Amino acid sequence: MYKQLLCWRYLRTRWIAIASIISVTLGVATMIVVNSVMSGFSHEMQKRMRGIYADLLVEAQSMDGMHDARWHKEQIRQIAGDQIEAMSATVVVPAMLSYRAGASGQWINRQINFIGVEEDSVGAVSDFGKYLQHPANREQLRFALRDGGYDLRDHNAGPDSPERPGMDKAGWGWRRFWAQRQKEVEELRAKTNPPIATADAAPTAAPNAANPNAAEPAANQPPPAEAALPVDPFQAHLPLPEQVFDPAKEQYAGVVLGMSLVSFRGHDGADHLAALPGDDVKITFPTAGSPPKGVSDTFTIVDYYESKMSEYDSSVVFVPIQKLQEMRGMIDPSTHVANVNAIQIKLKDASQSIAVRDKLRKAFPPELYGVYTWRDKQSTLLDAVEMETAVLNILLFMIIAVAGFGILAIFFMIVVEKTKDIGILKSLGASARGIMAIFLGYGLSLGLVGCGAGLIIGLLFVHYINSIKTVLEWVTGRRVFDPAVYYFQQIPTIIQPWTVAWIVVGALVIAVLASVLPARRAARLHPVKALRYE
Amino acid sequence: MNDFQRLVERERQLAQERGASPAAAGDTARGTFAAPRELNPAPAEAPHMRLESWREPADDMEYLNDIRIPSLATLRREPAAGGKNPAARREGKPRQLAAVGLRKSYRKGSVEIPVLRGVDLEVGTGEFVAIVGQSGCGKSTLLHLLGTLDAPDSGEVRFENQRIDNRPARARDHLRNEKFGMIFQFYHLLPELTTLENVLMPLMIRQSFLGYRVQRKKHVAAASGLLELVGLAHRLKHKPRELSGGEMQRAAIARALITQPQVLLADEPTGNLDHSTGQEILKILRTLNHDRNLTIVMVTHDLGIAQQADRIVRLAEGRVVRQ
Repeated sequence: MYKQLLCWRYLRTRWIAIASIISVTLGVATMIVVNSVMSGFSHEMQKRMRGIYADLLVEAQSMDGMHDARWHKEQIRQIAGDQIEAMSATVVVPAMLSYRAGASGQWINRQINFIGVEEDSVGAVSDFGKYLQHPANREQLRFALRDGGYDLRDHNAGPDSPERPGMDKAGWGWRRFWAQRQKEVEELRAKTNPPIATADAAPTAAPNAANPNAAEPAANQPPPAEAALPVDPFQAHLPLPEQVFDPAKEQYAGVVLGMSLVSFRGHDGADHLAALPGDDVKITFPTAGSPPKGVSDTFTIVDYYESKMSEYDSSVVFVPIQKLQEMRGMIDPSTHVANVNAIQIKLKDASQSIAVRDKLRKAFPPELYGVYTWRDKQSTLLDAVEMETAVLNILLFMIIAVAGFGILAIFFMIVVEKTKDIGILKSLGASARGIMAIFLGYGLSLGLVGCGAGLIIGLLFVHYINSIKTVLEWVTGRRVFDPAVYYFQQIPTIIQPWTVAWIVVGALVIAVLASVLPARRAARLHPVKALRYE
Repeated sequence: MNDFQRLVERERQLAQERGASPAAAGDTARGTFAAPRELNPAPAEAPHMRLESWREPADDMEYLNDIRIPSLATLRREPAAGGKNPAARREGKPRQLAAVGLRKSYRKGSVEIPVLRGVDLEVGTGEFVAIVGQSGCGKSTLLHLLGTLDAPDSGEVRFENQRIDNRPARARDHLRNEKFGMIFQFYHLLPELTTLENVLMPLMIRQSFLGYRVQRKKHVAAASGLLELVGLAHRLKHKPRELSGGEMQRAAIARALITQPQVLLADEPTGNLDHSTGQEILKILRTLNHDRNLTIVMVTHDLGIAQQADRIVRLAEGRVVRQ
């Protein structure tokens, strides 16, 4: 009983000791905040990566791909058939995207990964559909331009995210509007300046654009020379030159563009789009075979893809796989069997991905095929985040350890100050163990107070982190968490109960450990010497 | 061979070691527990310390009035034995506490300083013994050894015919808690606790958290009764720093009595008090000794105080000196 009473009294009367555990409090609070933000961040990132990649990926090492997707799928199914839910073949080539930026009418070229996907199955192997901007495309992807009804704001960020200018006009309406305008410009030009060639019309047409924010699809109308694609000589159907392309009624092959390729996020967090669904773009890519030749074609934007992984959003363009196979000459003209670059696999149980990967690795020779899980593909980034979290944790735990030494020093002081009291207690029959228990209990109580305060502060901070961010931004006048950098409107946080528990237990252990030495010293004090101590 | 014979035998051996004659040694041994107080030179105006000059003696006298002697009867463990003559009272009393050939020395660096060089002492049940001697002669050390706060280099401490100095630490802790009460020159109250809590401390040490909680009311009543007995009924909630020296010593006495000990060991209980306050304290001790048959061993350098005990044992150069 005396242990508890004295613990309590020392706790209430020794404010210097309370001060010594403020560092424990700060350490615990900071660790909770950092861990919550880091795990929120990494969770958000992993969620996005999960959305991009399927569970498993079987890749051909050569850019020309593996022959016959169906045969390969059959093989995979034989090896791990019972675990596979869906498969989808893809063709991936590096390519160059060209589009006209609205205001200046200037051509913008960007390096991309041109990805041919199977329209029907791509949604089944990953969260591909979730990141599209048209609700119907999210249900089932179609590479046909929609009439309209594209999302006005980022549907993954919630209703608070800023509106995206121009998206309300996107679709066939936009395409018709520009086709009409282009036609008028053509007619006007034909009247005033008949000899000018069509190809030169584009640069002059651009400044006339009424909407400076929009690209001019009409300007992209291909001249007849470009319409005849440099296709595989064995390809069967060449487009007939006499066919007249009417941009108001027809579209080129549809492409889904990564959002960041054409959108630029301002510091207000709103996206400014340089092109809209309905506009045309040109893409240049290498053909299959050796050496590869560059070919170019015009495509119509049908939707945007926004996974919030900026690296990905600023580099991918999706196209129907058959179209890409045709244009790259990946189809065997005699058998009509096409090559693919990779097969994406979705498993019934995602946790089995490593086991299935190893099984497939045994079956497919590594010099021809690479088999990866989505984690393997993004290991560098994931490892970096993990390492960052670990290093931060170590550093912050050092703070608590430093606080431990503070407790140690102050405890020694208190033991010296209490020497006589210890002698008194021993003369009254208190055991050495009891004396030790007082000081260990005192250390534990201090730790509990420090950890409790740290826990509350940390959890409150995490809970109100976005309000705190707003206040900080208001006070300092600068962006604390810039959405242009992180592509998050809000700071993501996840409080993991186990992590919090470990932090608190760790801090408690340090507080108790720091009090062990002084407590032992107190317990070993000779009662007579302690009583005589002045 | 009974304990007493053994003691005498041992005394003889010790005396031989010292080179004295066996007969003289025997006398010495007997003399340690039969020193008649008439032999003590008792200066009527013994010098006493006046450290507590900040408090008027007249004030302290008021608390004397609060000591209600009749209430002692209710707390009495056994009826007082013997008559008014202390010597007569002691006779026939069973031996309760004894020191046999106690030796103790302290080390200062490489030099060993002997403090006790073979002390023999016997205290009967209900006896009030004063140990006197010059400062540094080992009085306090002897008291600490008797109270098992320290272990002798050689010799034995016996309590109710059981050797106690070599018991394990925990057994000695229990003994101090249950059988002995101690009071000190500097009162040694815990500054963080109130008077009442200080008095309850030995019970708190004895009992576990729950055990104490269950009996708390009973304990508080007992502690309040004792504080009332020593005249501190109005100081229950005061911290030691708010009390005068006399009050603190009375609180210390109450604390020493709360466990109903059999022996009270007092180390210069009046050493830090002015004369009148010291006399009050002594009066309380005498009353306790008389009414509750409490064995008291008191160390003092003040002969005027010592004379009020049943018997005076004089220590010099680490030995009991026959008077």
